[in-house]
Amino acid sequence: MATGATVPEIAVTDAADVAEVRTEPRRVARAVLRNRKAVAGAVILLVAAFVAAFPGLIAPDNPLATTYPQNAGPSSAHLLGTTQIGQDVFSQLIWSTRLTLVVTLIVSLIATFVSMIVGVSAAYLGGVTDRVLMVVTDVFLILPVLPLLILLAAYLPPGVTSLTIVLCITSWAFQARQLRSQGLSVRNRDFLVAARVRGERPLYIILVEIVPTMTSLLAASFFSLAVYVVGFAAALQFLGLGNSGELMWGTMLYNAQQAAALESGNAWWALAPGAAVALLGAGFALMNYAFDEIGNPALRPVRKRRVRASA
Amino acid sequence: MRYLTRRLGLFVLTLWAALTVNFIIPRVMPGNEASAVLGTFHNANPAALRALEIQFGVNVHQNVLVSYFQYLGNCLTGQFGVTAQGVPVFTEIASKLPWTLGLVGVTTVIAFLIGTLAGVVSAWYRGGWLDGILPPFLFIVSTVPVFFVGLLLIYVFAVKLNWLPLGGNYTIGTTPSLSLSFIWDVLKHAILPGLSLVIVTAGLWVYSMRNNMITTISEDYVKTGRAKGLASRRIMFDYAGRNAILPNLTGFAMQLGYVLGGAIVIEYLFSYPGLGYLFYTATTDHDLPLMQGLFLFYTVAVLVCVLIADLLTAVLDPRTREA
Repeated sequence: MATGATVPEIAVTDAADVAEVRTEPRRVARAVLRNRKAVAGAVILLVAAFVAAFPGLIAPDNPLATTYPQNAGPSSAHLLGTTQIGQDVFSQLIWSTRLTLVVTLIVSLIATFVSMIVGVSAAYLGGVTDRVLMVVTDVFLILPVLPLLILLAAYLPPGVTSLTIVLCITSWAFQARQLRSQGLSVRNRDFLVAARVRGERPLYIILVEIVPTMTSLLAASFFSLAVYVVGFAAALQFLGLGNSGELMWGTMLYNAQQAAALESGNAWWALAPGAAVALLGAGFALMNYAFDEIGNPALRPVRKRRVRASA
Repeated sequence: MRYLTRRLGLFVLTLWAALTVNFIIPRVMPGNEASAVLGTFHNANPAALRALEIQFGVNVHQNVLVSYFQYLGNCLTGQFGVTAQGVPVFTEIASKLPWTLGLVGVTTVIAFLIGTLAGVVSAWYRGGWLDGILPPFLFIVSTVPVFFVGLLLIYVFAVKLNWLPLGGNYTIGTTPSLSLSFIWDVLKHAILPGLSLVIVTAGLWVYSMRNNMITTISEDYVKTGRAKGLASRRIMFDYAGRNAILPNLTGFAMQLGYVLGGAIVIEYLFSYPGLGYLFYTATTDHDLPLMQGLFLFYTVAVLVCVLIADLLTAVLDPRTREA
């Protein structure tokens, strides 16, 4: 979510030869393991994935049962206390991981795909297509996101499906711009000229020839979208535009806020899901930061030798 | 002046898109505005429904294109309809605007200064300890959801320490005046929501400023400055920083939409009666004319700021004028 459309387009220097560009996936994998931020981010995400897959192992209590004492503080039976209607907060927190993670991943995947298609097509096809696609992208970039999300969500029935739809609609534009810049920088490379001479169709060239050269940028896009989606999904639900019966961190926050949990001595009910959103967001942000560094060496921290920066 | 015409074109196009979104949404979703408003009262009688339909310009028997142009005309002449309570949308927005303007305006400027300065300094000492800590720290903090920052601040400073109020814009029961005690009261109520916004938005500027700065530092004019023997602070701010800030300036306007979004959440959390809180109450009341008016207002606000930033960029950066 950096500065938007007006960042000057980064021209990647042609130093890397074609062979290096085309074996990028393996290079990226090696680079991830060597990057400390990526490792930290991966640990957070793996823990979240484990919790999402096996919530019952960690929190055996039924998250929806209202059979416990009401508004109780933290105890050994209820690690984070109970809600106003007698639900176990810890159990809700753990079970909410699943839907939160699933929605985030689905929206991020769809939005990355859309931005890839829009950005790379605009760069490769050029001309009128490029101009039309970029104008649409710019319009989406300028429209204020949360007000648009609220407006769209208010008209749809509350629930994860609506949430997924509105987040997909509003999230792809910034990445599309970035991917277009990258697409422009490889547009006239020899291997693309070769593909064109071979008579390959544009779709084939975009998907098979151009997209693999952007692995790290696509990964960075995916993770930066995930940061955005985790936060905005929770914000929308927090504002009461979710279905408060669905177990997600945002709806927990909404229920806690409606019950004035912070002021009435039940702070964990509000703070725990907030912290969970923040932690998951940080995990995605660390991955995004790492992939930005992998894709753009100029951003890497300088260690021993002082390298001349020419981004 | 191709640059400015292009930006103006985008301005008009985005405005049109926002207006059209407003027009289309109620029509593709089940029911229309009038029946949605009436749905909030449970005694929908056909005559009342008809009256509201006329009022909102949602005439089901009229050609869609005709109503579309009527609607565009109404918007251009400043007629945004009335809220579910019968107050003109425009009046309602104008009455809440000062609180949001104060909160968002001040915090955005503070956050911009902090973030930009941090970016300049860390790029200048690239590879140093400051550069290793500051940008990643502010960047990670900026990804923390604003409501979590707000919740933490409320918990620590309002609930536990009891130093600052839980929410609202001034103590209930006091009458607004220009007295020092009232101004202090208003400031006290604005500290926590303002601080939440500064914390999450300062990081937005660091990263881009640092990267712009790294690019400008290796430019020839910086070398010239060094060769002339200028003090490094002078080179840092007047030579490299000044040129690196240009993209951030446009970014400033682009981020406004994001900041306004954060303000909606924060105003709701702190029951701070600005536009964001109004938006929240509009959604809970299903007050569709008010929601649409607010969406339009936010869009226009962002667009105007983007346009101002574009004009400034054109003045400050001669290259954009030639392009």
